[in-house]
Amino acid sequence: MAEQLLDVKDLHVNFKVYEGLLRVLNGVYLSVGAKEKVGIIGESGCGKTTTMKTIMRILAANAIVASGTIAYKGIDVLNLGRQEQMRLHRTSMSMIFQDPTAALNPVFKIGEQLEDIVRYSEFTSKAPSKQEVRTKAVELLKNAALPEPERILDSYPFQLSGGMRQRVCIAMSLASAKDLLIADEPGTSLDVTIEDQIMRLLKQIVEERGLSVILISHSIGAVKGFVTKLYVMYAGTMVEEAPTEELFSNPVHPYTQNLLKAVPKLSGGGVPEGIAGRIPSYLTITDGCRFASRCRSAKERCHTDAPPAFDIGNGHRVACFLYGDT
Amino acid sequence: MSADEILRIKGLKKYFKTTRGIVKAVDDVSFSVMKNETFGLVGESGSGKSTVGHVIMGIYGPTAGSITFMGEDISMGVDRRPKELKKRLQIVFQDPASSLNPRRTIGQILELPLRVHHLVADADYAGKVLEIMDLIELPREFAVRYPGEQGGGEKQAVAIGRALATGPSFIVLDEPTSALDVSIQAKIINMLMRFQKDFKLSYLFITHNLSLMRNVAQRVAIMYLGKIVETADTPEFFSNPLHPYTKMLLSAVPVITREEEALKPEKIVSTGEIAGALSVPPGCSFHPRCPFAMDRCSKVVPVLTEYKRAHHVACHLYPSAFTESDSRREDSRAGSPTRSH
Repeated sequence: MAEQLLDVKDLHVNFKVYEGLLRVLNGVYLSVGAKEKVGIIGESGCGKTTTMKTIMRILAANAIVASGTIAYKGIDVLNLGRQEQMRLHRTSMSMIFQDPTAALNPVFKIGEQLEDIVRYSEFTSKAPSKQEVRTKAVELLKNAALPEPERILDSYPFQLSGGMRQRVCIAMSLASAKDLLIADEPGTSLDVTIEDQIMRLLKQIVEERGLSVILISHSIGAVKGFVTKLYVMYAGTMVEEAPTEELFSNPVHPYTQNLLKAVPKLSGGGVPEGIAGRIPSYLTITDGCRFASRCRSAKERCHTDAPPAFDIGNGHRVACFLYGDT
Repeated sequence: MSADEILRIKGLKKYFKTTRGIVKAVDDVSFSVMKNETFGLVGESGSGKSTVGHVIMGIYGPTAGSITFMGEDISMGVDRRPKELKKRLQIVFQDPASSLNPRRTIGQILELPLRVHHLVADADYAGKVLEIMDLIELPREFAVRYPGEQGGGEKQAVAIGRALATGPSFIVLDEPTSALDVSIQAKIINMLMRFQKDFKLSYLFITHNLSLMRNVAQRVAIMYLGKIVETADTPEFFSNPLHPYTKMLLSAVPVITREEEALKPEKIVSTGEIAGALSVPPGCSFHPRCPFAMDRCSKVVPVLTEYKRAHHVACHLYPSAFTESDSRREDSRAGSPTRSH
């Protein structure tokens, strides 16, 4: 096992809303080794982004981290002061968001936004000169395979295409991501050929720099070619964890099996069947397996007890009573 | 027009005037859709695929070209179309959150087309609405609920139910599942396929998802910057793609099984981006991104020609005698990719 970089254990996150308490994350665990590429797949609303935001400490004000620990390089992230937390963001971890249009400020030039990040990324007492900052910004854009970096620095976000904007966001994250890069659906809002370009660029950068990556996506195919370990999330819980090859050749959780079956195949074979029902409301969610109401193999106890993660060998863990009994 | 055709589009053009110039959103597109067929229109954003669907629906009239539906010419804007025609042509939009009125209940939404077209007697509206709800597999009590309270799958089912309410024979499906998760997408697609069989519907299925297209369409056309660059029957299209753009698209599709991997053409690495509609490159509009671009690609517009039986492609790599002589003319016109029966 590689050296541990990030270790999330038994994370519970709730959101206070007008109607009551949304119990979203329920015992989420996640571990990322140094230089390891990890993926999380799951449908929208299953808590992938919430987990990442908890790690980044950028949750909305109505979120409550009820319990759990997040250890990053041995540091307890959840109990960091604001200063130390900012130091971490400036020097070690960074995140790329799904929609580059929303991630960039429309009223500032790319140069102003990128140079600000460069200026504060080192966290030293000595302020870098204007020229140094500019040179670094140009270099970052070049690394993100953007042509004519000087012109891009003088452009506003709306003057760039979606693919270019996402490359700018990648450049920004590279300024401060020295160890961990979190990519939240980096290609989803882009066309398939552009998504392909962005994913190849990310992979190349990550491998060159030896970064650890958490890649989030609901496009299962896009994740498959990228990561070595996969987590499957459903309704705020981790239902399955396995090395990528193992997960695709031997999916065991009923949700994972159905999810993989629901993807239309390029090789044809007809329209796949979906999964009946929908993610339960976080407001009224009960104890027990959160997938039970949509699961064909559900037994009585599935509705009352939450299954823990059972280890079934080959680094494969699954939270389902079909594969263990306690 | 053959008896099997339900819709034929010939030389369709739709230009938009903007302050910065003329946008040729659809530039000389021809195809026809057979009865009970799903015709797939694939392309990246900005390729003009949705505009084609909108022009067919009459949301705006074409700049040039003709649209024939069941033998009648319908190349006019929606305000001049007879009501009877609107009943037979329907559309389902991509985002049900914005295509359903948030202030109307699901029952009211489904009732509107019945009222507009006087399809049932006043007293029978409620009964007919419930019938439609059974059809789209929504619990009957949803009739008094608002679309905003529902999930994306339920909302799209309502949009489909609304389209079916008038008993159409042709439906434009404009990215009907792009906003949905895969498990929900599968359910919606299955529903659409079942309705097609039960009600003898013809679909124009617009999407950017090639894997989905493989499983739903009988014939596929690829659009790039307002033009169709390749069209063929689905099995032929996926086993033997010709156009470099098609190959680029196919090799960029993320896949999860080995069988799918084997189907991908030799890897054409995707480069560049689709040009803006205001600055379409001269000659073949794909040439700046094409790994096989030759001299003439930047000068001569390739014409869509039948390279193999029922397989049309617009590319200088696949020349024919017809292309050579014809493309010298300035106003090269696309051939009609009508399936020969």
